[in-house]
Amino acid sequence: MTMELQQSLEYAAPEARSHVRPFAAPDDVRSEPKFVRIGIIALATAFLSVFVVLPLVVVFAQALSKGVSAYFAALSDPEALSAIRLTLLVAAISVSLNLVFGVIAAWAIAKFEFSGKTALVTLIDLPFSVSPVISGLVFVLLFGAQGYWGPWLQSHNIHVLFALPGIALATSFVTFPFVARALIPLMQEQGTQEEEAAISLGASGLQTFFRVTLPNIKWGVLYGVLLCNARAMGEFGAVSVVSGHVRGETNTMPLLVEILYNEYQFVSSFAIASLLAMLALITLIAKTMLERHIDEEELPHDD
Amino acid sequence: MTIEVKNLVKKFGAFAALDGVDLKIGNGELLALLGPSGSGKTTLLRIIAGLDWPDLGEVSFDGENALVRGAGERQVGFVFQHYALFRHMTVFENVAFGLRVQPRSIRKDDASIRARVKELLDLVQLDWLAGRYPSQLSGGQRQRIALARALAIAPRILLLDEPFGALDAKVRKELRQWLRSLHQEINVTSIFVTHDQEEALEVANRVVVMDKGRIEQIGTPGDVYDNPATAFVHGFIGESIVLPVNVSDGRVRLGDKALKIAAEGASSGASKLFVRRHDMQVGPAGSGSLDGSVRQVRSFGPIQRAVVALCGGEIIEIDAPRDRELQAGEIVGLEPRRYRIFAA
Repeated sequence: MTMELQQSLEYAAPEARSHVRPFAAPDDVRSEPKFVRIGIIALATAFLSVFVVLPLVVVFAQALSKGVSAYFAALSDPEALSAIRLTLLVAAISVSLNLVFGVIAAWAIAKFEFSGKTALVTLIDLPFSVSPVISGLVFVLLFGAQGYWGPWLQSHNIHVLFALPGIALATSFVTFPFVARALIPLMQEQGTQEEEAAISLGASGLQTFFRVTLPNIKWGVLYGVLLCNARAMGEFGAVSVVSGHVRGETNTMPLLVEILYNEYQFVSSFAIASLLAMLALITLIAKTMLERHIDEEELPHDD
Repeated sequence: MTIEVKNLVKKFGAFAALDGVDLKIGNGELLALLGPSGSGKTTLLRIIAGLDWPDLGEVSFDGENALVRGAGERQVGFVFQHYALFRHMTVFENVAFGLRVQPRSIRKDDASIRARVKELLDLVQLDWLAGRYPSQLSGGQRQRIALARALAIAPRILLLDEPFGALDAKVRKELRQWLRSLHQEINVTSIFVTHDQEEALEVANRVVVMDKGRIEQIGTPGDVYDNPATAFVHGFIGESIVLPVNVSDGRVRLGDKALKIAAEGASSGASKLFVRRHDMQVGPAGSGSLDGSVRQVRSFGPIQRAVVALCGGEIIEIDAPRDRELQAGEIVGLEPRRYRIFAA
């Protein structure tokens, strides 16, 4: 269930956020009859309650069903702690990697003209269009014992699959588009004039990037990082394929939730799920706040 | 600082933005690059600034090849059409930017930077805006801050891309005057791009008229207005009446009617007669080479603008002084006082 919640956070590009017009005044000709409006609002509320609020409530209810002490006992179980630690570590690695790659890719795409740009933009979206399970399998094919580099890695005693590197790689791959896609439309809209101004005033490339480009996109970067982090912590499919489910070693939180659930340890399972649910809620709130700032960054430069 | 441009060619795909441009600019000039959009004027400006590179040709500053230097090394102040102020910096920091990014070896200390910025903000008369952000300024204020920022690096050349393009008519007029007096004060070789002929004629010492990547004419404002070198220049600068005429044996014919004007060396064949609206002398019927009936008259200020249908069917607009009020329906005689004939 928490996985569904995580999925519901699935990335929404800033440009896809519609520019909502304020509601029409009651006497406006575009306004619908009152009963239609009430009906539609009631329908939307009912739908949201059943599909979003109810599952969320169930998660917390189940987690706390045997009392608060059982809840915290479940969370302080060594296996749970190990999963939390691994999840945080993997998220930290993949968010940092994608931050660097995402900013560089967005910079290249938005500020420079080169051939093959369209192909690059399409490639960046690839992880979104491929099923996470397939993404995981790709890494098995590359790094597995029968894979391309498997024998070489084995002979050098390097463990990628069923270990931290594999999980981090799979997570980074799946979450790659978030930062880049948050920044490309923003940077494209801002154009290159400020950079040109900086260059003509004698700034070097690095000075231009750190003093002009980066401050202009800081909220967009945070937005991308936030969504990237949420997805990295919640990723199930790709990680499930490459992790090997070694208890206390290569289980991330989402994997542990499933394992515990299948073993009928509902309190432990939902306790960890509740952490992921809280992450989702915090992400949602932060996302809403960031979107306001990004709108400021998007404000046209002149009238 | 003198600038010399030789045989500049710049292509964007199949489109030639610059198609062999030669230009010499003297020290301390205030030069206008005038032309319609797509004439290559902005491309020329960007190449001089080092923001674009030509496919062919040379650019030199004081006889020294400028193309080997990057934009940051040319000491060129560039004012962008939409100002390109750094939106996350205050006005003060915007102006200080060029001083703060200098290499450590030549960078001034903070106090001197502050003093210099203050001086520049005083120069553009906006020192009271130092703490504001660009989004809190009006268009005219942004324009002047952009200029102060460009001047901060003590540029040897000042380049302005459509400096008044995004402003309303009144602010535009004020800023024109201000730019001219500022140029007199700082006397830096300056080039500005405009598509507005009035602006070019009013502000610049010399005007370069461009079309389709080529220079059509270079001259003083008086020159390009009074002695347009080509049909394009005549049509682009000032409002012109254009009539299709035929030149043969030194005589000019409109349809089958011979005009009294001399061909003035125009070669034989189909040609175009260009007359400024106010250079068409209006008199009683039969007094000139052409007769026409007045369709409509509007009077404003010192002139009356009349729409006149010639007997050949051509409809023209003329500006006449108001010493004799014209009436709609009246037949008048017309005679070009000053005119030019260009091959069609």
